[in-house]
Amino acid sequence: MHLTQGQFSFLPDLTDAEIKKQIEYALKNDWAVAIEFTDDPHPRNTYWSMWGTPMFDLKDPAGIMMELKDCRANQGDKYIKIVAFDSHKGFESLRMSFLVNRPKNEPGFELVRSEAAGRKVNYALRSYATAKPAAVRYG
Amino acid sequence: MTALAAVADDRIDLEALYAESSIGETLDQLDRELVGLVPVKTRIREIAALLLVERARRSLGLEAEPPPLHMSFTGNPGTGKTTVARRMAEILHRLGYTRRDHVVSVTRDDLVGQYIGHTAPKTKDVLKKAMGGVLFIDEAYYLYRPENERDYGQESIEILLQVMEDNRDDLVVILAGYKDRMDTFFKSNPGMASRIAHHIDFPDYAADELFRIAELMVGTMNYRFDSEAVSALRDYIVRRMEQPRFANARSIRNALDRARLRQANRLFADRCRLLDRTALQTITAADIRASRVFAP
Repeated sequence: MHLTQGQFSFLPDLTDAEIKKQIEYALKNDWAVAIEFTDDPHPRNTYWSMWGTPMFDLKDPAGIMMELKDCRANQGDKYIKIVAFDSHKGFESLRMSFLVNRPKNEPGFELVRSEAAGRKVNYALRSYATAKPAAVRYG
Repeated sequence: MTALAAVADDRIDLEALYAESSIGETLDQLDRELVGLVPVKTRIREIAALLLVERARRSLGLEAEPPPLHMSFTGNPGTGKTTVARRMAEILHRLGYTRRDHVVSVTRDDLVGQYIGHTAPKTKDVLKKAMGGVLFIDEAYYLYRPENERDYGQESIEILLQVMEDNRDDLVVILAGYKDRMDTFFKSNPGMASRIAHHIDFPDYAADELFRIAELMVGTMNYRFDSEAVSALRDYIVRRMEQPRFANARSIRNALDRARLRQANRLFADRCRLLDRTALQTITAADIRASRVFAP
Protein backbone atom coordinates (compact mmCIF):
# COMPACT_ATOMS: atom_id res chain seq x y z
CA MET A 1 0.00 0.00 0.00
CA HIS A 2 1.40 3.34 -1.08
CA LEU A 3 1.40 5.55 2.00
CA THR A 4 0.67 9.23 1.44
CA GLN A 5 0.76 12.11 3.86
CA GLY A 6 1.60 15.80 4.08
CA GLN A 7 2.07 18.05 1.07
CA PHE A 8 2.01 16.70 -2.49
CA SER A 9 0.32 13.51 -1.27
CA PHE A 10 -1.79 13.37 -4.45
CA LEU A 11 1.29 13.55 -6.67
CA PRO A 12 3.72 10.79 -7.53
CA ASP A 13 6.85 10.73 -5.35
CA LEU A 14 9.02 13.79 -5.87
CA THR A 15 12.32 13.39 -7.69
CA ASP A 16 15.49 14.80 -6.13
CA ALA A 17 15.38 17.81 -8.45
CA GLU A 18 11.82 18.52 -7.34
CA ILE A 19 12.73 18.09 -3.67
CA LYS A 20 15.57 20.55 -4.19
CA LYS A 21 13.18 23.12 -5.62
CA GLN A 22 10.79 22.74 -2.68
CA ILE A 23 13.68 23.23 -0.24
CA GLU A 24 14.76 26.27 -2.18
CA TYR A 25 11.28 27.71 -1.71
CA ALA A 26 11.49 27.07 2.04
CA LEU A 27 14.91 28.70 2.31
CA LYS A 28 13.75 31.68 0.28
CA ASN A 29 11.06 32.22 2.91
CA ASP A 30 13.60 32.00 5.71
CA TRP A 31 12.27 28.75 7.15
CA ALA A 32 14.47 26.24 8.96
CA VAL A 33 14.49 22.87 7.24
CA ALA A 34 14.80 19.59 9.12
CA ILE A 35 14.86 15.91 8.18
CA GLU A 36 12.88 13.32 10.16
CA PHE A 37 12.42 9.56 9.81
CA THR A 38 10.28 6.81 11.27
CA ASP A 39 9.34 3.17 10.79
CA ASP A 40 5.84 3.54 12.23
CA PRO A 41 3.56 4.60 9.39
CA HIS A 42 0.43 5.19 11.49
CA PRO A 43 -1.12 8.56 10.55
CA ARG A 44 -1.39 9.53 14.22
CA ASN A 45 2.34 8.98 14.76
CA THR A 46 3.41 12.61 14.97
CA TYR A 47 6.70 12.12 16.79
CA TRP A 48 9.25 11.08 14.20
CA SER A 49 12.96 10.78 14.97
CA MET A 50 15.09 13.72 13.95
CA TRP A 51 18.02 13.28 11.59
CA GLY A 52 20.41 15.76 13.15
CA THR A 53 19.23 19.14 14.29
CA PRO A 54 17.09 21.54 12.21
CA MET A 55 19.26 23.51 9.82
CA PHE A 56 19.18 27.25 10.37
CA ASP A 57 20.78 30.03 8.31
CA LEU A 58 21.27 27.98 5.17
CA LYS A 59 21.33 29.76 1.81
CA ASP A 60 21.38 26.84 -0.58
CA PRO A 61 19.59 23.47 -0.70
CA ALA A 62 22.85 21.61 -1.41
CA GLY A 63 23.59 21.25 2.31
CA ILE A 64 20.17 19.73 3.02
CA MET A 65 20.43 17.40 0.03
CA MET A 66 23.76 16.23 1.45
CA GLU A 67 22.09 15.42 4.78
CA LEU A 68 19.20 13.72 2.99
CA LYS A 69 21.67 11.53 1.14
CA ASP A 70 23.31 10.59 4.45
CA CYS A 71 19.92 9.89 6.00
CA ARG A 72 18.87 7.69 3.07
CA ALA A 73 22.14 5.77 3.32
CA ASN A 74 21.54 5.09 7.02
CA GLN A 75 17.74 4.87 7.24
CA GLY A 76 16.92 3.99 3.66
CA ASP A 77 14.23 1.41 4.54
CA LYS A 78 12.17 3.85 6.59
CA TYR A 79 9.89 6.77 5.88
CA ILE A 80 11.79 10.06 5.64
CA LYS A 81 10.14 13.46 5.48
CA ILE A 82 11.38 16.99 5.08
CA VAL A 83 9.77 19.65 7.24
CA ALA A 84 10.19 23.43 7.19
CA PHE A 85 9.64 25.45 10.34
CA ASP A 86 8.61 29.09 10.20
CA SER A 87 9.86 30.97 13.26
CA HIS A 88 8.19 34.26 12.39
CA LYS A 89 5.82 35.70 14.93
CA GLY A 90 2.27 34.55 14.32
CA PHE A 91 3.29 31.30 12.67
CA GLU A 92 5.90 29.63 14.86
CA SER A 93 4.97 26.27 13.42
CA LEU A 94 5.64 23.93 10.53
CA ARG A 95 4.82 25.36 7.13
CA MET A 96 5.90 22.43 4.99
CA SER A 97 6.07 18.68 5.44
CA PHE A 98 6.44 16.08 2.71
CA LEU A 99 7.67 12.51 2.27
CA VAL A 100 10.97 12.03 0.46
CA ASN A 101 11.65 8.35 1.07
CA ARG A 102 9.63 5.20 1.71
CA PRO A 103 10.46 1.52 2.39
CA LYS A 104 10.44 -0.89 -0.53
CA ASN A 105 7.59 -2.98 0.86
CA GLU A 106 4.73 -1.20 2.49
CA PRO A 107 2.43 -3.85 3.95
CA GLY A 108 -0.43 -1.46 4.70
CA PHE A 109 -3.01 -1.40 7.48
CA GLU A 110 -5.39 -3.76 9.11
CA LEU A 111 -8.81 -2.68 10.33
CA VAL A 112 -9.21 -4.19 13.79
CA ARG A 113 -12.76 -4.62 15.11
CA SER A 114 -13.34 -5.32 18.74
CA GLU A 115 -16.75 -6.04 20.16
CA ALA A 116 -17.73 -4.05 23.22
CA ALA A 117 -20.73 -4.17 25.51
CA GLY A 118 -24.19 -4.12 23.91
CA ARG A 119 -23.26 -5.10 20.34
CA LYS A 120 -21.06 -2.00 20.10
CA VAL A 121 -18.05 -2.32 17.77
CA ASN A 122 -14.81 -0.37 18.25
CA TYR A 123 -12.61 0.12 15.24
CA ALA A 124 -8.83 0.52 15.23
CA LEU A 125 -6.28 0.96 12.47
CA ARG A 126 -3.12 -1.09 12.88
CA SER A 127 -0.13 -1.15 10.60
CA TYR A 128 1.07 -4.63 9.65
CA ALA A 129 4.60 -3.29 9.84
CA THR A 130 4.40 -2.44 13.53
CA ALA A 131 3.62 -6.04 14.43
CA LYS A 132 7.35 -6.68 14.21
CA PRO A 133 9.93 -5.18 16.59
CA ALA A 134 11.22 -1.69 15.72
CA ALA A 135 14.46 -2.65 14.00
CA VAL A 136 13.10 -5.34 11.63
CA ARG A 137 9.83 -3.90 10.36
CA TYR A 138 10.79 -3.55 6.72
CA GLY A 139 12.91 -5.43 4.24
CA MET B 1 22.26 13.42 -36.46
CA THR B 2 21.21 16.76 -37.85
CA ALA B 3 21.91 18.42 -34.51
CA LEU B 4 25.43 17.02 -34.47
CA ALA B 5 26.08 18.18 -38.00
CA ALA B 6 24.94 21.67 -37.04
CA VAL B 7 27.36 21.71 -34.14
CA ALA B 8 30.26 20.59 -36.29
CA ASP B 9 30.21 23.66 -38.53
CA ASP B 10 28.75 25.96 -35.90
CA ARG B 11 30.95 28.75 -34.59
CA ILE B 12 30.76 30.48 -31.24
CA ASP B 13 31.41 34.18 -30.99
CA LEU B 14 33.44 34.50 -27.77
CA GLU B 15 33.41 38.26 -28.04
CA ALA B 16 29.60 38.31 -28.05
CA LEU B 17 29.52 35.91 -25.11
CA TYR B 18 31.98 38.16 -23.27
CA ALA B 19 29.93 41.27 -23.94
CA GLU B 20 26.74 39.55 -22.90
CA SER B 21 28.14 38.50 -19.50
CA SER B 22 29.19 41.27 -17.13
CA ILE B 23 32.68 39.81 -16.78
CA GLY B 24 34.47 42.80 -18.30
CA GLU B 25 32.72 45.17 -15.94
CA THR B 26 33.56 43.00 -12.94
CA LEU B 27 37.24 42.83 -13.89
CA ASP B 28 37.43 46.58 -14.47
CA GLN B 29 35.89 47.23 -11.09
CA LEU B 30 38.46 44.93 -9.55
CA ASP B 31 41.25 46.90 -11.24
CA ARG B 32 39.85 50.18 -9.93
CA GLU B 33 39.25 49.12 -6.37
CA LEU B 34 42.26 46.94 -5.69
CA VAL B 35 45.68 48.52 -6.01
CA GLY B 36 48.59 46.33 -7.16
CA LEU B 37 48.10 42.59 -6.54
CA VAL B 38 49.10 41.70 -10.11
CA PRO B 39 49.38 37.91 -9.57
CA VAL B 40 45.93 37.87 -8.00
CA LYS B 41 44.32 39.82 -10.81
CA THR B 42 46.05 37.69 -13.43
CA ARG B 43 44.71 34.55 -11.81
CA ILE B 44 41.20 35.97 -11.64
CA ARG B 45 41.42 36.88 -15.33
CA GLU B 46 42.52 33.33 -16.14
CA ILE B 47 39.63 31.89 -14.15
CA ALA B 48 37.24 34.25 -15.92
CA ALA B 49 38.55 33.15 -19.31
CA LEU B 50 38.23 29.51 -18.33
CA LEU B 51 34.64 29.94 -17.21
CA LEU B 52 33.77 31.83 -20.39
CA VAL B 53 35.27 29.15 -22.63
CA GLU B 54 33.52 26.54 -20.51
CA ARG B 55 30.23 28.28 -21.23
CA ALA B 56 31.00 28.36 -24.96
CA ARG B 57 31.87 24.67 -24.91
CA ARG B 58 28.66 23.83 -23.09
CA SER B 59 26.59 25.66 -25.68
CA LEU B 60 28.08 23.33 -28.30
CA GLY B 61 27.34 20.31 -26.16
CA LEU B 62 30.92 19.72 -25.02
CA GLU B 63 30.08 18.93 -21.41
CA ALA B 64 32.81 18.62 -18.82
CA GLU B 65 32.91 18.62 -15.05
CA PRO B 66 33.14 22.16 -13.73
CA PRO B 67 36.76 22.86 -12.73
CA PRO B 68 37.33 22.91 -8.96
CA LEU B 69 38.14 26.41 -7.77
CA HIS B 70 39.34 25.86 -4.22
CA MET B 71 42.01 28.42 -3.47
CA SER B 72 44.68 29.23 -0.97
CA PHE B 73 45.78 32.80 -0.35
CA THR B 74 49.17 33.29 1.23
CA GLY B 75 51.02 36.47 2.00
CA ASN B 76 52.28 38.82 4.65
CA PRO B 77 49.94 40.68 7.01
CA GLY B 78 47.89 43.42 5.38
CA THR B 79 48.35 42.34 1.76
CA GLY B 80 44.61 42.08 1.12
CA LYS B 81 43.93 38.35 1.48
CA THR B 82 40.71 38.80 3.41
CA THR B 83 39.53 41.66 1.20
CA VAL B 84 40.04 39.66 -1.99
CA ALA B 85 38.40 36.56 -0.49
CA ARG B 86 35.31 38.57 0.33
CA ARG B 87 35.25 39.94 -3.21
CA MET B 88 35.86 36.50 -4.69
CA ALA B 89 32.34 35.29 -3.84
CA GLU B 90 30.87 38.19 -5.76
CA ILE B 91 33.24 37.68 -8.69
CA LEU B 92 32.60 33.95 -8.96
CA HIS B 93 28.88 34.55 -8.74
CA ARG B 94 28.97 37.12 -11.53
CA LEU B 95 31.05 34.78 -13.65
CA GLY B 96 28.30 32.22 -13.14
CA TYR B 97 30.42 29.72 -11.22
CA THR B 98 28.69 29.82 -7.83
CA ARG B 99 24.93 29.90 -7.44
CA ARG B 100 24.95 32.55 -4.72
CA ASP B 101 27.20 35.40 -3.73
CA HIS B 102 27.49 34.85 0.01
CA VAL B 103 30.70 34.29 1.95
CA VAL B 104 30.82 32.39 5.20
CA SER B 105 33.94 33.54 6.97
CA VAL B 106 35.23 31.28 9.74
CA THR B 107 38.30 30.59 11.85
CA ARG B 108 39.40 27.54 13.80
CA ASP B 109 36.94 28.21 16.63
CA ASP B 110 33.95 27.85 14.32
CA LEU B 111 35.07 24.50 12.93
CA VAL B 112 36.73 22.63 15.76
CA GLY B 113 34.79 21.41 18.79
CA GLN B 114 35.85 21.20 22.39
CA TYR B 115 35.17 17.57 23.14
CA ILE B 116 34.86 14.21 21.38
CA GLY B 117 31.98 14.16 18.91
CA HIS B 118 31.59 17.92 18.86
CA THR B 119 33.78 18.66 15.85
CA ALA B 120 32.02 16.77 13.06
CA PRO B 121 28.57 18.38 13.52
CA LYS B 122 30.17 21.78 13.98
CA THR B 123 32.23 21.56 10.80
CA LYS B 124 29.31 20.12 8.85
CA ASP B 125 27.06 22.91 10.06
CA VAL B 126 29.47 25.52 8.75
CA LEU B 127 29.87 23.68 5.44
CA LYS B 128 26.10 23.48 4.97
CA LYS B 129 25.75 27.19 5.63
CA ALA B 130 28.44 27.98 3.08
CA MET B 131 27.05 25.78 0.31
CA GLY B 132 26.20 27.57 -2.89
CA GLY B 133 28.79 30.23 -2.10
CA VAL B 134 32.28 30.60 -0.68
CA LEU B 135 33.70 29.26 2.57
CA PHE B 136 36.58 31.43 3.73
CA ILE B 137 38.84 29.96 6.40
CA ASP B 138 41.09 32.65 7.81
CA GLU B 139 44.36 31.63 9.47
CA ALA B 140 43.73 28.08 8.26
CA TYR B 141 47.05 26.79 9.64
CA TYR B 142 45.57 26.85 13.15
CA LEU B 143 43.40 23.89 12.11
CA TYR B 144 46.41 21.65 12.38
CA ARG B 145 48.25 21.52 15.68
CA PRO B 146 51.13 19.06 15.36
CA GLU B 147 52.20 19.53 18.98
CA ASN B 148 48.96 17.92 20.21
CA GLU B 149 48.18 14.63 18.51
CA ARG B 150 44.74 14.44 20.08
CA ASP B 151 43.73 17.80 18.71
CA TYR B 152 40.34 17.73 16.98
CA GLY B 153 41.58 19.94 14.13
CA GLN B 154 42.59 16.89 12.14
CA GLU B 155 39.01 15.59 12.24
CA SER B 156 37.77 18.90 10.92
CA ILE B 157 40.32 18.82 8.08
CA GLU B 158 39.18 15.34 7.06
CA ILE B 159 35.53 16.41 6.83
CA LEU B 160 36.55 19.50 4.88
CA LEU B 161 38.52 17.37 2.43
CA GLN B 162 35.63 15.00 1.91
CA VAL B 163 33.12 17.76 1.21
CA MET B 164 35.59 19.63 -1.01
CA GLU B 165 35.82 16.48 -3.08
CA ASP B 166 32.16 15.33 -3.08
CA ASN B 167 30.46 18.71 -3.38
CA ARG B 168 32.89 20.52 -5.62
CA ASP B 169 30.13 22.21 -7.62
CA ASP B 170 28.32 23.37 -4.48
CA LEU B 171 31.13 25.05 -2.64
CA VAL B 172 34.36 26.99 -3.10
CA VAL B 173 36.77 26.82 -0.18
CA ILE B 174 39.37 29.55 0.27
CA LEU B 175 42.12 29.11 2.83
CA ALA B 176 44.15 32.09 3.89
CA GLY B 177 47.17 32.60 6.08
CA TYR B 178 50.73 33.77 6.38
CA LYS B 179 53.05 32.22 3.84
CA ASP B 180 55.49 30.30 6.03
CA ARG B 181 52.84 28.85 8.31
CA MET B 182 50.61 27.83 5.42
CA ASP B 183 53.59 26.05 3.85
CA THR B 184 54.02 23.94 6.99
CA PHE B 185 50.28 23.35 7.04
CA PHE B 186 50.25 22.04 3.48
CA LYS B 187 53.37 20.00 4.05
CA SER B 188 51.70 18.12 6.88
CA ASN B 189 48.37 17.86 4.99
CA PRO B 190 49.32 16.84 1.45
CA GLY B 191 45.71 15.86 0.75
CA MET B 192 44.65 19.44 1.33
CA ALA B 193 47.43 20.86 -0.85
CA SER B 194 46.56 18.63 -3.79
CA ARG B 195 42.85 19.42 -3.66
CA ILE B 196 43.48 23.12 -3.94
CA ALA B 197 43.89 24.09 -7.57
CA HIS B 198 44.92 27.68 -7.08
CA HIS B 199 47.72 28.68 -4.76
CA ILE B 200 47.93 32.45 -4.97
CA ASP B 201 50.71 34.38 -3.29
CA PHE B 202 49.99 37.98 -2.33
CA PRO B 203 53.11 40.12 -2.80
CA ASP B 204 54.06 43.01 -0.52
CA TYR B 205 53.05 46.45 -1.73
CA ALA B 206 55.53 48.97 -3.10
CA ALA B 207 55.64 52.48 -1.62
CA ASP B 208 53.63 54.13 -4.39
CA GLU B 209 51.01 51.38 -4.27
CA LEU B 210 50.63 52.01 -0.57
CA PHE B 211 50.20 55.69 -1.33
CA ARG B 212 47.41 54.92 -3.83
CA ILE B 213 45.77 52.69 -1.22
CA ALA B 214 45.94 55.56 1.27
CA GLU B 215 44.28 57.85 -1.26
CA LEU B 216 41.49 55.33 -1.83
CA MET B 217 40.96 54.89 1.90
CA VAL B 218 40.88 58.60 2.53
CA GLY B 219 38.41 59.06 -0.31
CA THR B 220 35.98 56.50 1.10
CA MET B 221 36.20 58.14 4.54
CA ASN B 222 35.40 61.57 3.03
CA TYR B 223 38.69 63.15 3.97
CA ARG B 224 41.34 64.70 1.75
CA PHE B 225 45.00 65.63 2.01
CA ASP B 226 46.29 69.13 1.37
CA SER B 227 49.35 69.36 -0.87
CA GLU B 228 51.88 69.32 1.96
CA ALA B 229 50.17 66.40 3.58
CA VAL B 230 50.64 64.43 0.36
CA SER B 231 54.41 64.73 0.52
CA ALA B 232 54.35 64.14 4.27
CA LEU B 233 52.44 60.93 3.69
CA ARG B 234 54.88 59.75 1.00
CA ASP B 235 57.67 60.42 3.48
CA TYR B 236 55.79 58.58 6.18
CA ILE B 237 55.24 55.49 4.05
CA VAL B 238 58.92 55.17 3.14
CA ARG B 239 59.95 55.51 6.76
CA ARG B 240 57.26 53.21 8.10
CA MET B 241 58.22 50.45 5.66
CA GLU B 242 61.66 50.26 7.22
CA GLN B 243 60.33 49.88 10.73
CA PRO B 244 59.56 46.59 12.46
CA ARG B 245 56.05 45.12 12.46
CA PHE B 246 55.14 46.76 9.19
CA ALA B 247 51.82 45.28 8.01
CA ASN B 248 51.35 46.75 4.54
CA ALA B 249 47.90 48.25 3.98
CA ARG B 250 46.88 47.62 7.57
CA SER B 251 49.70 49.88 8.82
CA ILE B 252 48.53 52.56 6.41
CA ARG B 253 44.97 52.27 7.67
CA ASN B 254 46.17 52.60 11.26
CA ALA B 255 48.29 55.61 10.34
CA LEU B 256 45.29 57.29 8.73
CA ASP B 257 43.15 56.54 11.77
CA ARG B 258 45.73 58.21 13.99
CA ALA B 259 45.95 61.17 11.62
CA ARG B 260 42.17 61.55 11.93
CA LEU B 261 42.56 61.53 15.68
CA ARG B 262 45.17 64.29 15.52
CA GLN B 263 43.07 66.30 13.10
CA ALA B 264 40.09 66.11 15.47
CA ASN B 265 42.30 67.13 18.36
CA ARG B 266 43.71 70.06 16.42
CA LEU B 267 40.24 71.29 15.47
CA PHE B 268 39.00 70.86 19.01
CA ALA B 269 41.91 72.77 20.53
CA ASP B 270 41.03 75.70 18.31
CA ARG B 271 37.30 75.48 18.92
CA CYS B 272 36.38 79.16 19.20
CA ARG B 273 36.81 79.36 15.41
CA LEU B 274 33.92 78.54 13.06
CA LEU B 275 34.66 75.52 10.88
CA ASP B 276 33.69 75.04 7.25
CA ARG B 277 33.36 71.88 5.23
CA THR B 278 36.96 71.98 3.96
CA ALA B 279 38.41 72.35 7.44
CA LEU B 280 36.51 69.28 8.62
CA GLN B 281 37.72 67.31 5.62
CA THR B 282 41.35 68.29 5.39
CA ILE B 283 44.21 66.37 6.91
CA THR B 284 47.28 68.61 7.01
CA ALA B 285 50.99 67.80 7.00
CA ALA B 286 51.15 68.51 10.73
CA ASP B 287 48.64 65.74 11.43
CA ILE B 288 50.92 63.25 9.73
CA ARG B 289 54.31 64.59 10.79
CA ALA B 290 53.35 64.30 14.47
CA SER B 291 53.69 60.52 14.11
CA ARG B 292 56.33 58.69 16.13
CA VAL B 293 57.76 57.46 12.81
CA PHE B 294 59.23 60.94 12.33
CA ALA B 295 60.72 61.01 15.82
CA PRO B 296 64.49 61.44 15.61
